Amino acid sequence: MAGHVSHHSSSHAPAQGPTERLAIRCLLIGLALLFVGLFLLLPLASVFGEAFGRGLKPYLEALRDPRTLESLRLTVLLAVIVVPLNIVFGVAAAWAITRFRFPGKPLLVTLIDLPFAISPVVVGVMLLVLFGAQGYFGPWLREHDFRIVFALPGMVLATLFVTIPFVARELIPLMQSRGPDLEEAALTLGASGWQTFWHVTLPGVRWAVLYGVILANARAMGEFGAVYVVSKPVPGEIPLALWVDTLNSEHQGTAAFAVASLLAFLAIATLVVKAWLESRQHREMARGQTSHSE
Amino acid sequence: MSIELRSVSKRFGDVAAVDQVSFSVADRELVALLGPSGGGKTTVLRMIAGLETPSAGDLFIGGHRVNEVPVQDRNIGFVFQNYALFPTMTVSDNIAFGLKVRKWKPADSAARVEELLGVFGLEGLARRFPHQLSGGQRQRVAIARALAPRPQLLLLDEPFAAVDAKIRQELREWLVRLHNELHVTTLFVTHDQEEAMEVASRIVIFSRGRLEQIGSPREVYEQPVNEFVARFIGVLNVLEGPVQKGEARIGELVFPSHGIPDGGTLRIGFRPYAVQLSRNLGEFPFTATLRHTYFLGILLRVEIELDSGLVIKARVTKEDYARLGLADGVRVSFQIREYRVLSSEAGPLAPEVPTSPQPDIAVGI
Repeated sequence: MAGHVSHHSSSHAPAQGPTERLAIRCLLIGLALLFVGLFLLLPLASVFGEAFGRGLKPYLEALRDPRTLESLRLTVLLAVIVVPLNIVFGVAAAWAITRFRFPGKPLLVTLIDLPFAISPVVVGVMLLVLFGAQGYFGPWLREHDFRIVFALPGMVLATLFVTIPFVARELIPLMQSRGPDLEEAALTLGASGWQTFWHVTLPGVRWAVLYGVILANARAMGEFGAVYVVSKPVPGEIPLALWVDTLNSEHQGTAAFAVASLLAFLAIATLVVKAWLESRQHREMARGQTSHSE
Repeated sequence: MSIELRSVSKRFGDVAAVDQVSFSVADRELVALLGPSGGGKTTVLRMIAGLETPSAGDLFIGGHRVNEVPVQDRNIGFVFQNYALFPTMTVSDNIAFGLKVRKWKPADSAARVEELLGVFGLEGLARRFPHQLSGGQRQRVAIARALAPRPQLLLLDEPFAAVDAKIRQELREWLVRLHNELHVTTLFVTHDQEEAMEVASRIVIFSRGRLEQIGSPREVYEQPVNEFVARFIGVLNVLEGPVQKGEARIGELVFPSHGIPDGGTLRIGFRPYAVQLSRNLGEFPFTATLRHTYFLGILLRVEIELDSGLVIKARVTKEDYARLGLADGVRVSFQIREYRVLSSEAGPLAPEVPTSPQPDIAVGI
């Protein structure tokens, strides 16, 4: 009996902790991998599987469809318009928030996040309420023969709204941690405001700006809900994300998946660039900190 | 270039960081702005630089009112506490920055950078980035960068705070030499009175946004205008006790009332060097025990404790310490050669009162 107890306590008890922890670890890792596999990798693989399922020829044909090319053109155009506006807003907002004191600053900081909190469909509906035929500005717009909703300006506004926080959110914490010293140093050396911004501020935050741009670009190209509400469902006049939906509802599986694969490519490229930028930024921030601490 | 402040104030919201400060600095002077943190000295420096605008008062540089002149047009060199070197630029690009934005010809700019690298012993580091430099090297780059466009004023905010004690000493001496060679009016901010005393030809002392005193190191040490300055510059013993029957009793010590009525309180202050010690217990009127000795180098500071528990700081030279046979725990007799009557912290200081060897005069005052 004594031998049994001692056997139990000496060999089993010390081993119990590690094995239990190992079991839990395996379980958690397994669960995480299962979820990633089931909900992220499997759909992605199926997109490419379906897209290339009938060989390369139908895939390329689907992509060469003039309506697809038109959608691609529109998607790129949207990004080309929206992303620069995003940079301008993000830099201006971050500068104002981190360098000036003004009433309502906390409110502005909170409002910048609003687009992330609001459903994209609501954004689209909101634009309808403002600029639609029955909307507040509808009659005025009709008089001046200017279309916003169900036209490019509406899609631009919807995309801009949902992407507006990206650059600002990257910049604000970075510029806060940098403090105003470098800019002040440039000013004392005789630099103008613009020279200071161009030579000192921008080089210090360029990776963060680029990081925000990458994310904003991915979102701009992939946005569905907000744009869906304010666009005319005409093939060739809708961006890629909406075109995938249209093709799919018309049971053109291969074509739908071929176009979807374009968006998936974009997503993967975004992730790769994002990971690279993050490592760049971390290195630079670590460097900035060592030069600060001594 | 000379600098003059006339009743300059700076308010941040309801807080007066600088309150009606007036002083002037002559061309080519080396002046310290000294005070505890929050005293307003850095704000004064930043106003002179143009990084802050005075809320009231007038600021003159070289005889011209510059209140509204933007920082870029003041032609000053400013060295930040953490140096604020541009992390994305090399040492030579940092130094050349002020020349580039002022549109110097590339050849002139390169020659000036080369010259400064030589003056500051930075040859060989030209292509390094700030994160690859030591603290002392960074500071030299920061000063070289500030001096590159030939400013008329050099302003330094806590220039020695970010380097360790050993390098700090070298840098102090180096700054004095540099100032002597460059002849540029230099102001630096410090909270370290020793540093101010050692480096500056004149010291401006601030506390809570107000200017307390301006003078040479010797003046502010020997003739402090108030108790704050006396306590901030050097060590001051402060004693206080109630006045009764025309005398003030502080522990075993008795002082004349100095005009303070019965029931009032007398406050006196004296420097450690005013305390005279002896092992001969009959030599001086009071006795105490030597509690602790601090070795400061050639001078030693000792703390003596009276039987009442009153502790007084005294200062003796190494030679006197040995000659008198002093040691921790021994009994000594002592006297206070001279002291000052203190009013309040900020109140003016009365002249010094000598005690023995003319005790009658002291009583008479």
